[in-house]
Amino acid sequence: MPLPLDAPSPGSSFTEFLTGLGHAPTWEIPPGAEGTLQAPEGTTVLALRYEGGVVMAGDRQATEGYAVAHRRIQKVFPSDRFSAVAISGTAGLAIEMVRLFQVELEHYEKIEGVRLSLEGKANFLARLVRGQLPMVFQGLIVVPLFAGYDEQEERGRLYTFDVVGGRYEEREYGATGSGARLAKSYLRTAYRPDLDAAGALQVALGALVAAADEDVATGGPDLRRGILPSVYAVDAEGVREVPESQVRDAAETALEEVR
Amino acid sequence: MTIPFYVAPEQLVRDKAEFARKGIARGRSILAIEYDRGVLLIAENPSSALHKISEMYDRIAFAGVGKYNEFETLRKAGIRQADLMGYLYSRSDVTAQGIATAFSQTLGSIFSHEMKPYEVEVLICEVGADDEPNRLFKVSYDGTLFDERRFCAIGGKADALSDAVREGFREGMDLASAIRLAVRAFRTAEEREPEGWEAAVLDLQNGRRAFRRLDPDEIAAALSEEG
Repeated sequence: MPLPLDAPSPGSSFTEFLTGLGHAPTWEIPPGAEGTLQAPEGTTVLALRYEGGVVMAGDRQATEGYAVAHRRIQKVFPSDRFSAVAISGTAGLAIEMVRLFQVELEHYEKIEGVRLSLEGKANFLARLVRGQLPMVFQGLIVVPLFAGYDEQEERGRLYTFDVVGGRYEEREYGATGSGARLAKSYLRTAYRPDLDAAGALQVALGALVAAADEDVATGGPDLRRGILPSVYAVDAEGVREVPESQVRDAAETALEEVR
Repeated sequence: MTIPFYVAPEQLVRDKAEFARKGIARGRSILAIEYDRGVLLIAENPSSALHKISEMYDRIAFAGVGKYNEFETLRKAGIRQADLMGYLYSRSDVTAQGIATAFSQTLGSIFSHEMKPYEVEVLICEVGADDEPNRLFKVSYDGTLFDERRFCAIGGKADALSDAVREGFREGMDLASAIRLAVRAFRTAEEREPEGWEAAVLDLQNGRRAFRRLDPDEIAAALSEEG
């Protein structure tokens, strides 16, 4: 297979290149299809800013109606060296969106020799969400959460989205998914702008436990099975997964609080 | 009546090859050398903005000599191809061999079908994961593909550089030794003091993306060490 010397404009976009080839992920809905599909759904993910960065956390459960579809699904992903993305809604669509987003960011960086700005990344993700709009009418919704370290402004920033691709920068915290309302009401009281990384981890776990406590779809930390939320932190050093031992300690403290 | 214009195919190929070789000889050479933890790519490059060496995929790097716009077009196409394969299948399905073959086919077809061949030579290097050997592929202007071991040079002074490296090459040398060897080889081959370096490594210790550019301080530090 010879090399693709020509690419649609802008030549730096992998998604445009895929679309040009006809390989972009699409889900054809037969005309006149009625009723809604049931597919596994990711539940609660959240992110909050702390001094010097952002922490992002998500539970590990996916549900299908009232049943647990997956107990150990991953809903928080590093998207490049300085950002992370979390997903809620129809898991299958969302995971594919994240995969494309990851390749897009790396592709741009390799082609152009520089990373996209954090706002550029968020705008691109909004475009991917907007592209899913036809699926929303089938009840298949994808709403991500995006956070990263802004290398130009030297601070952590985070963005929430809505189903039509609206993009909103949050100053303190954001959450999406079935338990988002509960997580946000916890964050509203527990959040302080002067939190450090360890404090932010504790608050994130507290919010997830609070959401799991009252939302049946959200899976809390399951110490018996060893299922812990996935937590990523992004700061000037880049994105890293918070080690399991730290997550476990924070989860135990958070579970202690609700007892 | 006009006399039909005829050039023997042998003559045409010879002329094109000579034209391409002349263009390549004007450009500065690039060298890839294995060291104990990966592959070093180093080029003489007075510009710090225009790169000759770049990341192609997780464990694969690209280097090009000759006409900048031509190897830049090839570089971008290579990245597209690699990202496409990795996205459609799996990241582990992208190999230097596959990429180098695509370069070879593309350059070969340009050489035979276009009026003007590309005046470029490219290098596709891959650091081997889990004790697999490293791969160094050289693709010339007419699409000829070479599979090299331990070190590989492209550009006008490629032969002189290879000869100079062959004398000093040791299996399992560290990065600083590899840099010193490369710099010595450039001095010998070019017979003058080089003007600025561009260097990068493919090293598995860098994580999934093995490619990392070396900054001038690192090169200076390696050169000041005596080994």
